[in-house]
Amino acid sequence: MTSMMTHSYRRGELHAFEAVGHDFMYLVSAGAVFALDDAASGVLSRLDDREMSHPDLIQALVEGGYSNIDAEELVRELRLVQGIVPSDVVKAPPPPGPPKDFPLQALVLNITNQCNLACTYCYEFGADKIATPQGKPKYMTLDTAKASVDFLLKEAAGRKGVHITFFGGETLMNFRLLQEVVGYATAKGDAQGCKVGFSLTTNATLLTDEIIAFLSENAIGVTVSMDGPPDLQNKRRVYKSGKGSYEVIEPRLRKLIAGHKTRAITARVTLTDGVTDVIRIFRHLKEDLGFHEVGFAPVTDAGKRDYSLDEDGMVSVLDQFHELADEWLEYALRGKMHGFSNVSETIGELIQGTNKSHPCGAGIGLLGVSPSGDLSPCHRFTDADTHSLGTIATGVDHNKRDDFLSKGHVGAKYECQTCWARPLCAGGCHHEAFVRYGDTGHANLHYCDWIRTWTDTCLKIYGAVSALNPAFLERFAERKALS
Amino acid sequence: MKHLRPLNKKAQQIDELISSTEEDVVALQQAPRPHVPMGCSLAFSPGWEVDAGGGTAGLCQPVERDIYDCYVTCFWPVQVPDHVNYSPDWASNCAVATKDWRSLDIVFP
Repeated sequence: MTSMMTHSYRRGELHAFEAVGHDFMYLVSAGAVFALDDAASGVLSRLDDREMSHPDLIQALVEGGYSNIDAEELVRELRLVQGIVPSDVVKAPPPPGPPKDFPLQALVLNITNQCNLACTYCYEFGADKIATPQGKPKYMTLDTAKASVDFLLKEAAGRKGVHITFFGGETLMNFRLLQEVVGYATAKGDAQGCKVGFSLTTNATLLTDEIIAFLSENAIGVTVSMDGPPDLQNKRRVYKSGKGSYEVIEPRLRKLIAGHKTRAITARVTLTDGVTDVIRIFRHLKEDLGFHEVGFAPVTDAGKRDYSLDEDGMVSVLDQFHELADEWLEYALRGKMHGFSNVSETIGELIQGTNKSHPCGAGIGLLGVSPSGDLSPCHRFTDADTHSLGTIATGVDHNKRDDFLSKGHVGAKYECQTCWARPLCAGGCHHEAFVRYGDTGHANLHYCDWIRTWTDTCLKIYGAVSALNPAFLERFAERKALS
Repeated sequence: MKHLRPLNKKAQQIDELISSTEEDVVALQQAPRPHVPMGCSLAFSPGWEVDAGGGTAGLCQPVERDIYDCYVTCFWPVQVPDHVNYSPDWASNCAVATKDWRSLDIVFP
């Protein structure tokens, strides 16, 4: 029997962190978060930079004041969760890709590829565009839209709920179609016992009272793309004439936020050169305009565009993120929602223990549909011939999809194998990777340090809230499940 | 677990998995006591044994009795037909094992 215990232990793959005086570990192979007592973190510290044999480890613990039984129990617990692992253990091969019959969960309908704005950094029309819309329909027809709904409900096989996101171009340039699709999909879903949820993304320039009433009545989630107060919004979110769009959208946004009470209204900010004033943008959108949630993302570009965020810009952005993160925590400890989506989203994933094989659901549970009915991994690849995954009429091209998914699997990204943040990141956006590196399966290496720092921050928030106000996390998990 | 506290759903799943395997196999000395196992070891039947002289004549029960202990009470499908699932009638022609054992046939699962 004793010969079974002669192996050496080393630390398992984990990220240890501390919050409000407590020790925690984030287990990379599972996405699990455990709180550690002093004894457990003591064992991890001992194995920080070396391996120890089982008898040596037990002996060291006994010398430290533990009984033999306690020491064995402690080592056993850490071993069972893989916080420590025998050094001779062979790592299991990465799991294969998602099953081929994975049911579809969401469609992004690009109901038009036309836009009334000409934002200079746009991924669809800007310098780094990959779309090839020449000669294709500019607006989705009702037939294509209905066929898409039928496709979604059929491919969703057995799901109790599915989701349709309307996207553009500027989504509201095809509002009549949107209205019809909501009616059609709701009726068809009801007949099948499947609840269809809706959301849309808009630049808010075309919002009217009638549209706002419709969105509220049908509980359609709204995300507004906007960059902040007038000086920042008007820098790059402009009409073709160069005129800024703030003055047009401001009164409309106030009406939207006042009139749409059934779903949270979210702002989505694109950070670019000179638009890095995160805190001022957040205050304006959250407090002056009244958005429920505000999320930020750096612009997607191939690098070295005049609107690109440089290193200094990113550092400043991250500093301000941390300031808002501290606020988020303070709100959470008082049981209040803060509204900074970049924390909320990550916390939502940490509650579940998300461990991604792919950075997002693109090509798995989610597909994009172009105005002509072409399928793509998501809305960002809409109308790009080289990324088509079939058509609504002919169905998913499984060879192309398998190729896309096998390239995008986190196990296929070399640099990710040694990174503890991969359960949540999985290499980052497929589209961003293609624009930057010409390969959807490339890890987004320009963000690695940023992602690790940010994930660590969110883990510390998670640890602090779980120690001081755990009920808030439960409430938050439910809220995430409903959104 | 005493030293680790699960904080998210994945950690809870791991904890539950570990607890469930812990309760799976229970030794005789383990709580709740007394732990009463099922099967031949409880009935003190001779196993596949020999007597002190190296034969089977001196065993406290006839060796054929083993067949029924394994077949009916023990569900030990490696050595005898499986009474529970596949061969419920295997011993129906064998009223008294010491006399009728020839009518026990080989089965092909």
